[in-house]
This record gives sequence, structure tokens and C-alpha cells, in this order.
Amino acid sequence: MHSAPADVVKVFHFKKLSMAYTEEELKKELETKEYEYGFYTDIDSDTFPNGLNEEIIRKISEKKGEPEWMTEWRLKAYASWCKMIEPEWANVTYKKPDLQAISYYSAPKTKPKYNSLDEVDPELLKTFEKLGISLDEQKKLSGVAVDIVMDSVSVATTFKETLAEKGIIFCSITEAIKEHPELVKKYLGTVVPPRDNYYAGLNSAVFTDGSFCYIPKGVRCPMELSTYFRINQAGTGQFERTLVIADKGSYVSYLEGCTAPSRDENQLHAAVVELIALDDAEIKYSTVQNWFPGDKEGKGGVFNFVTKRGICHNRAKISWTQVETGSAVTWKYPSCILKGDDSIGEFYSIAVTNNYQQADTGTKMIHLGKNTRSTIISKGISAGKSQNSYRGLVQVGSRALNARNFSQCDSLLMGNACGAHTFPYIEAKNNSAQIEHEATTSKIGEDQIFYCNQRGIDTEKAIALIVNGFSKEVLNKLPMEFAVEAQKLLEISLEGSVG
Amino acid sequence: MMEFKEKLLSSYLAFEDGLDLSDSVHQTRAKALKIFEQKGFPTKREEAWKYTSLDALLQLDYSLFPKAESSIDLNAVKKYFLYDTDTYKVIFIDGVYSPFLSNTTHDGLDVCLMSAALTKPKYRKLIDSYFNKIASEKDSLTALNTSYAKEGAYIYIPKSTVAEKPIEIIHFSSGIESALWLQPRNLIVIDKNAQVQIIEKHQSLKEHPVVTNSVTEIYVHQDAFVDYYKLQNDLHSASLIDNTYIVQEKNSHASVHTFSLGGKLIRNNLQFFHKGEHIRSTLKGLTILHGHQHVDHSTLVQHAQPNCESYQDYKGIFAAQSEGVFNGQIKVDKIAQKTNAFQQNNNLLLDDKATVNTKPQLEIFADDVKCSHGCTIGQLDEEALFYLRSRGIPRKEAKALLTYAFANNVLESVQLPSLKKRINTFIANKLGVNLGFDL
Repeated sequence: MHSAPADVVKVFHFKKLSMAYTEEELKKELETKEYEYGFYTDIDSDTFPNGLNEEIIRKISEKKGEPEWMTEWRLKAYASWCKMIEPEWANVTYKKPDLQAISYYSAPKTKPKYNSLDEVDPELLKTFEKLGISLDEQKKLSGVAVDIVMDSVSVATTFKETLAEKGIIFCSITEAIKEHPELVKKYLGTVVPPRDNYYAGLNSAVFTDGSFCYIPKGVRCPMELSTYFRINQAGTGQFERTLVIADKGSYVSYLEGCTAPSRDENQLHAAVVELIALDDAEIKYSTVQNWFPGDKEGKGGVFNFVTKRGICHNRAKISWTQVETGSAVTWKYPSCILKGDDSIGEFYSIAVTNNYQQADTGTKMIHLGKNTRSTIISKGISAGKSQNSYRGLVQVGSRALNARNFSQCDSLLMGNACGAHTFPYIEAKNNSAQIEHEATTSKIGEDQIFYCNQRGIDTEKAIALIVNGFSKEVLNKLPMEFAVEAQKLLEISLEGSVG
Repeated sequence: MMEFKEKLLSSYLAFEDGLDLSDSVHQTRAKALKIFEQKGFPTKREEAWKYTSLDALLQLDYSLFPKAESSIDLNAVKKYFLYDTDTYKVIFIDGVYSPFLSNTTHDGLDVCLMSAALTKPKYRKLIDSYFNKIASEKDSLTALNTSYAKEGAYIYIPKSTVAEKPIEIIHFSSGIESALWLQPRNLIVIDKNAQVQIIEKHQSLKEHPVVTNSVTEIYVHQDAFVDYYKLQNDLHSASLIDNTYIVQEKNSHASVHTFSLGGKLIRNNLQFFHKGEHIRSTLKGLTILHGHQHVDHSTLVQHAQPNCESYQDYKGIFAAQSEGVFNGQIKVDKIAQKTNAFQQNNNLLLDDKATVNTKPQLEIFADDVKCSHGCTIGQLDEEALFYLRSRGIPRKEAKALLTYAFANNVLESVQLPSLKKRINTFIANKLGVNLGFDL
């Protein structure tokens, strides 16, 4: 019932945005190309002193009114994190963030609890309008339920009631810990254990908020669920925790979008996303990431050190789609553990780097069950002085009979000061596996540009056209509204990269 | 593991006995020993050794200095020679030069011994400008080899000379020692516009643990061409760590074929460095394994100049519980525009316990390049098999035909008919068929 009107609206939405490709619009975009989402919202925040120790963790837990088991869980994670060292294997160089100089809790002072948008702080609404995700429009037109996370604390969840009718739980993780402890207890940390890696450990100890989603047995979520993350307060690290559980035979499409205002100092973003697809379930997780990439000299920008992983039980499917255009340093490998027989993992990615951005991203497909299949399509575009790496692992266990993988990594280089790198790891432990991997590196052909110029399309536009064509395979996998947004984002990210 | 490292360090005094310690070559050796002492043997914790462990090999107490030159009957080893007569041969038994089996020359070109080159004044200039100049200083196994570098093959092909006969370098281990650690060091210089074909082989004559840690430096000058074949078809008890470094100048072409068909553990480090434009590098490998064998190919092509091309093609066929590793690296520097680099790694898994780990890497800093890599792991195509069988070819022969076809890309560029034939026979024997034709 709910999906029918949404479809109509999607078409409308698309038309509206696609009309933005007029010369006038482009001119306007060019003027504001610096970082159009760089602003700072003046909202009273409740911020902790800088630093990290057991006491801070207890305080976070207390502040959030968490039960004892959760506090213990955090402390255990902290203890194991203390023994870990920061990884250095990634193909990126950056000044390590001083984790003791970060405030681990920053919450809007009065946590609003609204049932309708009218009650939301007008200042906040303005922020969203600037982001182009006017809640109003979203709610009225596209039928997307949004769980907005602003500086770690969820401030508004829309469409909750509509979802509740179906038995779907979509709320902040803090709420879930309080109200659905049995689900959280059962699944939290099962896919990304606190000991998994340095940043996952840190996140487990200090995460302040995030989203929680549970789709009951056999339910097809009628709308696309979506979360927007933003880093607002200066000097705060963002540590979200997302947990999505799709029970047997259910389906959900989940969107995550990120923008952050412009800041001089580096900001740390270390999120953990865990997906659990039980038997016959399907999760589609799409991300458009546009954190502040730093300015043209490479100053500032967000460090994005994210652990995303999903587990597929029998016949389940997890599909990751990501468009990465932001962040000064990206270090992100959305992965699938194909534990169940006949399960499917997919990874579609576009990573765009410009100026001094560095991205080391890719995926891991761990084939454990029989007849498991995975597809990896990765498109890297590097411009300016940026470095873009694909790092992926395809592992076929000895019992994963008839496992099948296809990987394709294409890189596009723009300008002669950037770099594109590929580090695929392929490990096969039985003879029924079929694995294919191919990668190419190329640049935009002068003949292609000439062809466009000749037909009255200027070079900048021609590049956008070619890049869009190059990324089409991935863009097609995004939900419609996102695809249009992502397409625009690609253009903005690459502006000024040709000359 | 510690113990053998200690032995290598403490035996150094005995090695130094009788050497000129003030010599610059020896200073290089001493420096290398320090590096090895610092780094020790590589472990699985190092990225480059992620899939290959030396731990099992290092448990034994290897003898470093074979007691005496052991004589071998020519008839017993004849079958290992590619040609009976018409090749130059540099042959070592347990690391010691065997003048009886060898056929060296100084007529027009130098095919002789490293020990002579390192000590005799007439070679001094060449040694000073080439010895240990490209071998990695950081690699601990290369450093270990350098520190004990004394014997091996020394080949110099002067300007505009074409070596008329192929050169065979063969290392035999006789099995007199219970466990043997060999460290041959080869230096090959091909001067401008010269050409040479070289075959390198390691062979044990008896089942006994032997580890060879070999380093070969090859300098290919302008317009020169080297065609190098590594034949690795040793007994199950023998292991080989082969480090080969190749520097190429303008317009040169270097081609290396590696046939890994037998042995316990084989590690091939093959590195190419480009020093001029319009260089061609060819790296081809065919690996056919069974039992518990382990082969690790680690290649690097450093494109440092514009307009060069490299071509890599490695095929692997793995049966039983064998393990194959391919770790290929292509690096393209910022100035190396118009580079054309290709890398391919295909693997056939014949049994369900066989393992393949492959890591084809591209690191590209230039924009106007054509680089691609591909890698596959799979089985013989059932449909192709069916096609052949529907035309009356029995399953076994059909499988053999497809396997032949799979390996053909590597074999077709082999320039030595006799070698080609030998490998053909090997594949046919392995598959248990006689197809009645050669590739």
C-alpha cells in the first residue's frame, strides 16, 4: 500500500532534479563549488571534556541511561582496544588523530521528541534544507523515513508509526538498547566483534548513537529507510553504530547519507555497521558519502575509518552500494560473510578523489557456504593530487563448494599528479570455485572529449558525461532519488579537475 | 628457527677464512651480513611473505660448506642437460664448480665463474660497476646471499655479440650431505646490442633436504636481448628461493620464462627495473604442481620511464594438496607516460584440496597509461569437454587437450625447441596421455 504512491513520487523527484542540468544551474553550481554543504548550525550542544578513559565511557553510558550489561560491554571493548595498535597497512598517509584530544560526546542540549515536523527546531530544519534533504519534502513526497543523526544523537525519526504497523522497528540504537535489549544483546558485535580492528574497538567503547532496524519475518519493508549523518560540532569524533537485522524472508533497502560542515582541523569518523540477513532475507544498503574532503591545499577534512560488514545466512542476500566522494582519508571495506548455503553478496562502488584526498576502499567476500555467489564492481576515479586504491579480498573456504565470484575494478585517471592502485587478494581453497578478476586503468580519451566539444558540449560537461557513463553500472544500483543525487555529487567533486 | 640463523652468523668466520678481508667486495658482504642479522628470515607477518612460510624449512641443521668436491658420473646426469654438446655449461656440484662437466669459454664472450670474477684483477672494473648494484638491499634473503657470495656463474656478452649457443647453468646436489644450504650468486651482463639465451636449473640427485637461496643480477644494456629460462623440476625434498633482479636500458628486451614443475617449496622473486625508454619486459610462468608442493611467484615491474611495455602471463595447474601463490606488482611512476602494462594470472584447480592465493597489484601514478590485469581461478570448462567428447575424443584426452591449450600461451613463446619438447613430454606424462603432437 505504501510503496505505490512512493513510486509515482520518485519519477517526479527525478524529473525535478534532472532538470538541474541547464546551463544556468551549472553556472550556479560552479560558483558554489567550494563545498556547498560547509556551514555550521548554531544549536546548543552538551559536550564532554576531551579525552578517553574508563570514566568517560561510564559517563557516556550513564548519560544515555544504558543498562548495566551495555556499560560492561563497552568497558570490555575499551579494555581490548587499549591493547590494539593503529593499523598502518593501508595505502594512505595522514597525521594520526590524537584520540585523547577528541570529545566523545556531543549532544544537542534538549533532546527533542517530536511527533511531527512542526515541532522540530526551525534552525535544524534550515540545516536540512541547505543539505537538500528537506524533511518536509521527503516526508510528504518521497515517502522515505529518515532517522536523522546529528552529532551522534538521533533527533527525529519520521514514519515510525507507519513502520510500527508492520512490526518494523526503526529507531536510534540508544532507544533499541532500552526497549529491545533482547535483540541488541543477541546481535550486537556478532558480525563486527569489538576486537575486530582498532577503530571498531574504539567505536564499540564509545559509540554515542546510530540506527537500529529490525524487519520481522516475511515482511517486505514498504519504504526505503534512510539515515543522514552529519558532523556538526568542532573537535568531535563521530562514532555511530548501525545494526540492521532482517529476519527470515524479509527485505529492506537502507540508505545512508553523509555530509559534514567545513572545518579546519581533521575530524574523525569511525562508524561500525553490522548487517544480519537471516535465511531468505535480503538487505540492500546504499551509502552516499560526502564528508568534507579538505580544501584545495589538502587542509582539513574528515578521516573516515569505517567498518561495515554483513552476514548472510541460507539463501540470504546482502548488497552494498556506495558512492564515496568526500573525506580527506577514506578507509572502508564493506564486506559480506557468505555463511549460509546459496547466499549472495554484492558490492558496487564508486570512489572519487580530488585534490589531496586519499581513499583506500574495497570489499571482502568471505565464501563459507555452498553455492555462494559474489559480485564486485568497483570504479575508482582520481583527479588532482589524490590517491585512490582498491583493496579487496575474495576468499573461498575449503567447504564452499561451487563458489562463484566476479570482480571488476576500473580506474580512471584525470591529470598526471594522481594515482590509482589495485590490491586484490584472491584465495581459493577448493577446486569447484570459479573466480574471475579483472582490472583496467585508463584516462579519458582526448578523442572522446573532442567528440563532445565538437557537438557543443564544453569540456567540463563532457567530462561529467564520460564519468557518468563510466560509473553507470554502479549508479544504476542506487535507489532512484539517490542515483540522481549521486550523479550530481560526482560532477561537483570533479569540478576544476581538468585544465 | 633462531638456531639456523645463529649458525649462519657464527659460521661466518669460517667463510671469511682465506678471503681478502680488506677487499671492497668483502666489505659489501660484511654489510649485507649486518642487514641479515638485523632482519632475520622473513615471516608470514610480512606482506610479501603472507602466503609462504619458511618455518618448516628452517628446522633442519643445514651444512653450509660441503666437505669435498664430489664427483658425479657424466652418464648419471646427462639426462638433465638440455643439449649434449652444443651449449656452454657452467655446472656446480653441491655448490662447487665441476670443471669436468662444464664447458666454459673466454673466446669472444665470458662464460665462467663468479669466484674468478670476484678475485681476478682483470674483472675488477666490471665487478665494481655491477656486483650487488641492483640486488635489493632491504631483502633479508638477498642480503644473506650477498654476505656469503662467492661462487656462481659469471656471464659477460660484449657489444654487438650474439652468443651462438645457449648457456646452461646447472646446480646439482649430490646427496652426500644430509642437509644442504646452497647460496649461488650469478652475475650476467649483456652489453649493447648483444643477445644471449640462458637456461638455469637446480637438480638434486638423491632425496635429501636441500635449500637453495640463489641471487641473480642481470644487466641488459641498450638494444640488447636476453632470453632466460628457469627450469624448476626438482625432487620433492628440494626447495628453492630464487631472487632475480633485472635492469634494462633503452630499447632492450628481457624475457624470463619460469617453469615450476617440481620441488618442495619454490619462491621466485623476479624484479624488473626500467632505465630507459622503449623497453620490453616479458614475464611468463607455468606452474604444474601435485602432492604437497608450494610455489610462490612474486613479481615486480617498475615502470620508471615513458613508452615502455611489460607483459606478464602466469598459468598454474594445481592438483592434490598443492598450493600456488601469485603476487604480481606493476608500478608506474609519474613520468612513465604511455606505459603499456599487462598482467594475467590464470589458475586451474584440479582437486578440492588444492589452494591458490593470488594478489595481482597495480600502483599507477601516471595518467596516460594502459594497464590491465586479470586473474581467474577455475576448472576446465565442462561444455568444452562435452564438445570434444561428442566428437569422439575420450574424456582423458579431451581433458589433456584443454590443459595443453591452457598452458599454450606460456609455451608458445619458448624459443628453444628442445626445451619446449621437454616440457611437452612432462605435461603429457603428468596427464598420462600421448597425444601424438607437440605444441
